[in-house]
Amino acid sequence: MIDGSAARGKAASGLICCGVPGMRVIVNRLSKTYRDRRGQDLVALDGIHLTVEPEEFVAILGPSGCGKSTLLGMMAGLLSATSGDVVFEGERRPGQPFTATVFQEFALFPWRTARANVEFGLEELDLPPAERQERSARFIAMTGLEGFEDKFPHQLSGGMRQRVGIARALAVEPAVLLMDEPFSALDAQTRTLMMEELLGIWERTRTGIVYVTHNIQEAVYMADRVVVLSRRPGRVLETVPVELKRPRHEGQMGEPGFLHATERIWGLIKSQAQAALVEGEG
Amino acid sequence: MAPERVAVRDRAAVLRRADHRLLRVAALGGLLVLWEALTRIGWIPALFLPSPLGVVRELGEMAASGQLMIHIAASLRRLVLGFGVGAAAGIIVGIATGVFSRAEAVGQPLIAATFPIPKIALLPLLILWLGIGEPSKIAVIALGVFFPMAINTYAGVRQADPLLVRAAIAFGAGRWSVIRKVILPSALPMIFAGLKLGAGTALLLLVAAEMIAADSGIGFLVLHAGNIMDTTRLMVGIVCLSVLGVLSQWVLTRCERLAVPWRHT
Repeated sequence: MIDGSAARGKAASGLICCGVPGMRVIVNRLSKTYRDRRGQDLVALDGIHLTVEPEEFVAILGPSGCGKSTLLGMMAGLLSATSGDVVFEGERRPGQPFTATVFQEFALFPWRTARANVEFGLEELDLPPAERQERSARFIAMTGLEGFEDKFPHQLSGGMRQRVGIARALAVEPAVLLMDEPFSALDAQTRTLMMEELLGIWERTRTGIVYVTHNIQEAVYMADRVVVLSRRPGRVLETVPVELKRPRHEGQMGEPGFLHATERIWGLIKSQAQAALVEGEG
Repeated sequence: MAPERVAVRDRAAVLRRADHRLLRVAALGGLLVLWEALTRIGWIPALFLPSPLGVVRELGEMAASGQLMIHIAASLRRLVLGFGVGAAAGIIVGIATGVFSRAEAVGQPLIAATFPIPKIALLPLLILWLGIGEPSKIAVIALGVFFPMAINTYAGVRQADPLLVRAAIAFGAGRWSVIRKVILPSALPMIFAGLKLGAGTALLLLVAAEMIAADSGIGFLVLHAGNIMDTTRLMVGIVCLSVLGVLSQWVLTRCERLAVPWRHT
């Protein structure tokens, strides 16, 4: 789980890296074991080791049931690890949260308007109202929500709802943005548009992103590196670098670098996906 | 086999239900007209069933003399105080038992054990404790409202979406923030369902309490009119009670629309 004291401890002991300011995330031999109803241990994640550099866009990809969401939950401090830890190191602005999460099911508060949803995290940061308004207006504009500020979530389309989810997470200006299959509940066309917009937002904010997905094209199109996980127990099979220029655009999906990476990843997980298909586990 | 050419018929048409708005009005109006006609003909003596027009006339006279307002004011006061105290206590206990496991362990068995008691049976005990005056009547109404409120609020709290609670925590919310900003709004629809249920119970207990020990109030008016066989006056009381019942539900529905806007727009 995230551990503020560990992060501060490492920073104090002089482990701050050179180069880009900001925080890097180190997932350190992280394991998670669940106990099922029959009392049997189920290893969801086994010794995950990875680093996310400041301003980096990392995708975590794996077949169903590889514990991707569990990994993200532990990075967000919403789940405890069985062993290992997640450490943040680097420079942090006072009061800056380590992470903010964009959820697959949006998880917007239905009783709050779009604007009030965006301001939720800002309220919890105890920001003065003036700064809260300034920030929510800025991120509402950035995510293309202008004119929809006073709508309730049920009055918005899926794509607009997830824009609220993204604006809410960006507004707290976290060290790292965690995204748990953020566009998988959207239809294919909306998803493509949202991916483009997310890349545009990332180019502007340069917040480090950990993007969990099971969609290979999505991962390769957006990420600098794709961390491929195996099926249960989830282990890092390989980290595949994506050699594509930025800013990215759809046209690059035909380029050799794109095809090479997608083929490599499919080769890694095809047999596992087949096993998942037969077993029918979610 | 001869070739066929058949247009597809809508076979689900039988399932469609028409509104029949006119019929609804006619049914209600027809009953009143029939009732008035029966009393005019004299088949039913006015002692058993007073005529609707007579009831309206009596209502006008009682309102003009100020008598009616005295009874309505006395009843409303008991109703509002009892309902307010019972609802507030029920909501607080419901939230506490829904959120805190210790409160649940203490509260749930107590509520389960005392909930089935018909509250009106406690009135003699309450009169013994609090005297024959207003407090005992208010207390019995409060008790009647407390249980549906506590049970509904508890259910509403337990129904709060765990994903939203997780999201709130992910954005730095502490326990009180989660209760105030996630659990309470999640429970609001159930709380309003409880309030509507409680309003019905409150009216029932109000009349019962006023019939047992009171010298004012609509319940007293009905009982007293019955004792002196003034059926028209009795019917005035019943009309007042039904108006009170309809009005309280209407007010609560309006409040719900204001408090839970995300469900109605």
